[in-house]
Amino acid sequence: MEKSNNQPAISTGYSSWRELPHIPVSIPCKGSIGETGKWRTFRPVLDAEACIKCGICYLYCPDGVILYQDDAVPEIDYTYCKGCGICVTVCPKKALEMVQEQQ
Amino acid sequence: MKTEQEKEQTIIMSGNYAAAWGAKCSKVKVVSAYPITPQTTVVEKLSEFVDNKELDANYIRVESEHSVMAALVGSSMTGARSFSATSGQGLLYMTEMLHWVSSSRLPIVTTIASRGIAPPWNIWADYTDILSIRDCGWIIQFASTHQEIFDSILMAYKIAENSEINLPYFIVYGGFIQSHTSKPVRIPPQKLIDDFLPQPPKDGWGHINLDPDKPITHGNLVMPEQEYLDFRFLMQDAMIKSKETIKKTINGFNTKFGRNYNGLVEEYCCEDADVVVIAYGALAEQNKIAVDQMRAKGCKAGSLKLRYIRPFPTEELLELFNGKVEVIGVVDRGTAFGNPTGGPISTEVMSLLFRAKRKVKALPCIWGIGGRNVTVDDQVGLYEKLLRIKNKNEYPTDETCQHGTVWMGLKIGV
Repeated sequence: MEKSNNQPAISTGYSSWRELPHIPVSIPCKGSIGETGKWRTFRPVLDAEACIKCGICYLYCPDGVILYQDDAVPEIDYTYCKGCGICVTVCPKKALEMVQEQQ
Repeated sequence: MKTEQEKEQTIIMSGNYAAAWGAKCSKVKVVSAYPITPQTTVVEKLSEFVDNKELDANYIRVESEHSVMAALVGSSMTGARSFSATSGQGLLYMTEMLHWVSSSRLPIVTTIASRGIAPPWNIWADYTDILSIRDCGWIIQFASTHQEIFDSILMAYKIAENSEINLPYFIVYGGFIQSHTSKPVRIPPQKLIDDFLPQPPKDGWGHINLDPDKPITHGNLVMPEQEYLDFRFLMQDAMIKSKETIKKTINGFNTKFGRNYNGLVEEYCCEDADVVVIAYGALAEQNKIAVDQMRAKGCKAGSLKLRYIRPFPTEELLELFNGKVEVIGVVDRGTAFGNPTGGPISTEVMSLLFRAKRKVKALPCIWGIGGRNVTVDDQVGLYEKLLRIKNKNEYPTDETCQHGTVWMGLKIGV
């Protein structure tokens, strides 16, 4: 099927309503809503020695901020992690814990 | 698909079947449905059309009216012409998604067979269902004949899909007396309908087009200093601009199909009238008979039917008020508890009196609630009340007039 040229306009930084499209849409990209790590009051901290690299935290993270490749200890992107704590709850080895920010 | 009809045919059908035929002849691509009285036979007939291969559409059965409209949000975002029908409680249950549709500017058309709201249960004509969601950004048109239900659906898609407008569209008629009685409906040749209403562009609406190869995010959080306010203004702007599109579309339809529909309002004997009743729906159609009876008695009576309430026919009403009329009766078949008149549309119509260049007196009225019968005699009675105001400045003092509004047929004892 032929692809469309009729693509929606992207909403950003309009100075007049006259320029606006009917509705705002955005191209999905990393951090499109800003640095959501600033929302956090507790952060998940991983004990690399207890981690068995199973990847369950990566699967459950609702924001896709746990970076994981086979055979490597996962890394948490604190710029965007909101501190929901789901990874801590699902970790089978209790290798993650929530630590209050500023500690 | 089965062969399309080449010649105009006249079929005797119910108001609900007229709605189903309207959707079929508009070649809708997606129907989502949940049954509710008195609408159910609309979506039953559509399911039959799909099953018989008379309509090439996806028919999505879901578990609630909320999901009906959610399904259509998805289908319409791909550019598919989408349809449903509902009534009463079902419409109320749909309410949250109605805003998703209008604020996404999706040209979905839905017919409403209006009924009273429970409790106590009531399934008869009463427009409180549609009136209670009147401000959610959908165009709202009343259809007062079976033919008008069918024809309006063809016009509705044409108006809603106009890229300047892109607003969803309700066509409203009363439960049972319109939905379940049968009348002849003229179905034009499909070729003529296709000329009037071509299929929408394959690449979707200009402002949104779901395409898995080109992902977009829609409905994201918009901060106060960003354009939320401005997008809301655009919806009001589109509503106001739709008035011209509506009138042009009706004119085009009248020419092509030999009909005689009016614009946002339909006036009957209003030109020289000094008392005019303003109403909507099928009872406004019946009210013309009361006008004839008043005219036979030598009274200059007129009747104005509101065909649309969103967008509101502001200019047409001001033209009436700036003319010769002295007293208006403004009638609601629906309630708005605690507002100035108890009826939502009478309050809106009367708010325009303040913009008129001359003094016009007004009497708000509520009739036909929960399917309560309103006879021509009742309607003549309202004109007589208006004449007493005109001739003697006497407003009604009997007990059916409460808090300044006539509640026609209110039980007041013997």
